[in-house]
Amino acid sequence: MKSFAELNFPGRLIAVEGLDGSGKSTQIYLLKRWLEAEGIKVYFSEWNSSELVKSATSKGKKRELLTPTTFSLIHATDFADRYERHLLPLLRAGYIVLCDRYAFTAFARDVTRGCPPEWVRGIYSFAARPDLTLFFKTDLEVSLNRILEGRPKLKFFEAGMDLRLSADPYESFRIFQGRILEQYIAMTDEFKFVVLDANENVEKQQVIVRKLVSEKIDLKRFKRRSPLPLPPAIHPENKTQEVEGDMAAA
Amino acid sequence: MKNQDGSKNGRRFYGHGIPRVKLEDLAGKLIVVEGADGSGRSTQIARLVDWLETSGHATVQVGLKRSTLVSSELEKAQNGNVLSRTTLALFYATDFADQLDNIILPALKAGFIVLADRYIYTLMARDMVRGMDEAWLKNLYGIALEPDAVFYLSVEPQELVQRNLSKNATLDYWESGMDLGLSRDMFDSFVKYQTAMQGAFRKLQKTYGFTIVDANRPVGSITKELRKKIRALLAEK
Repeated sequence: MKSFAELNFPGRLIAVEGLDGSGKSTQIYLLKRWLEAEGIKVYFSEWNSSELVKSATSKGKKRELLTPTTFSLIHATDFADRYERHLLPLLRAGYIVLCDRYAFTAFARDVTRGCPPEWVRGIYSFAARPDLTLFFKTDLEVSLNRILEGRPKLKFFEAGMDLRLSADPYESFRIFQGRILEQYIAMTDEFKFVVLDANENVEKQQVIVRKLVSEKIDLKRFKRRSPLPLPPAIHPENKTQEVEGDMAAA
Repeated sequence: MKNQDGSKNGRRFYGHGIPRVKLEDLAGKLIVVEGADGSGRSTQIARLVDWLETSGHATVQVGLKRSTLVSSELEKAQNGNVLSRTTLALFYATDFADQLDNIILPALKAGFIVLADRYIYTLMARDMVRGMDEAWLKNLYGIALEPDAVFYLSVEPQELVQRNLSKNATLDYWESGMDLGLSRDMFDSFVKYQTAMQGAFRKLQKTYGFTIVDANRPVGSITKELRKKIRALLAEK
């Protein structure tokens, strides 16, 4: 699995991986805000978000129609759609692409669901390796508590209920997440994950994330040539007032 | 070679298969009819169902783009022609896997005869013609169960054009491979595409060894040949 840099793409891809509740989405969001503020061409893509495939996936989940094989394939379809229509052209155009979850999510989840690892990896073999993969590693209990604290209603597949690990969704979720974590840990060296201590507080982690990114990627190469376009208009009753107030003060 | 890693009843998956399936439980028969539009597939399947059910066999039919999970989404995406080739390949694979998991395997377990109006071979041939890697496809469709019989209804492209036009007075966009840009002329594109598809089928035939049926002949004689082969298949135990 070669990285985009090794394949001579002008763009770079950064992926975050980790359990639900590891805080990875917060971290990649803050990374995106920073890169945008630096005037860098950046694009963000989220797991399971392709418009085309989404309605099928949500139907499958809601009606509990998915088997390990179809669960795997429908997510691969979603990924392929985003990869071919968004990620590749943007990487060709010299963007920094940020991915909240990448193929490794499938490697961890689908294998936990019983799909053969070689099969899943073979399917995703069209995808290049991210130039930087940040693995937000928490103690299992920490991420479980972050999710389960509010006793949310866990969704069927999210809790791994299809694996019949336990009739109790919370117990099932615990076992399921534990197994996924094992898969992530086992993949760490193979795919050159950079491991972050996600038990730390948000700010400390973000400092490390930004440092890692600027060490790995020569960011000034990715600046927009023209100045940033003006941000889209916001509702007048929201933030505009504040901004104006600040400007007046300055 | 056929049943090396299969179960006692000779059943096997082409590759990794479906997790947690007991092959020896699959008592029914899986019969696949392959061929282009206009090769007489649907006609032959309708006749086979009729004959099999009259003879006391329970049947189930499956086919491409018929899954509960993704058929309508696939149709929509295809009409917009917005899918790139890997996505399209995976979308069709999802459609196939849904029917395999939820219809084909349970029906075989219940002892039904499953008639498949096309199977993985058409999907693989289409993807191959669009330049997808063969090894990648082979891994992807390693989930598929090896059928008890596969009949490929082979018709010359020139004859296919005639049949499609006499039936619909037009040629289907996808069956003409218009997305490939082989020719702006639909007639030329259809012939070129179907010729390429036959080439892909011949290649697949070497790996998967299905029965090629000359379907340039009248409907009745094809039915006769199919019945004879299926009768022999059902007599095996």
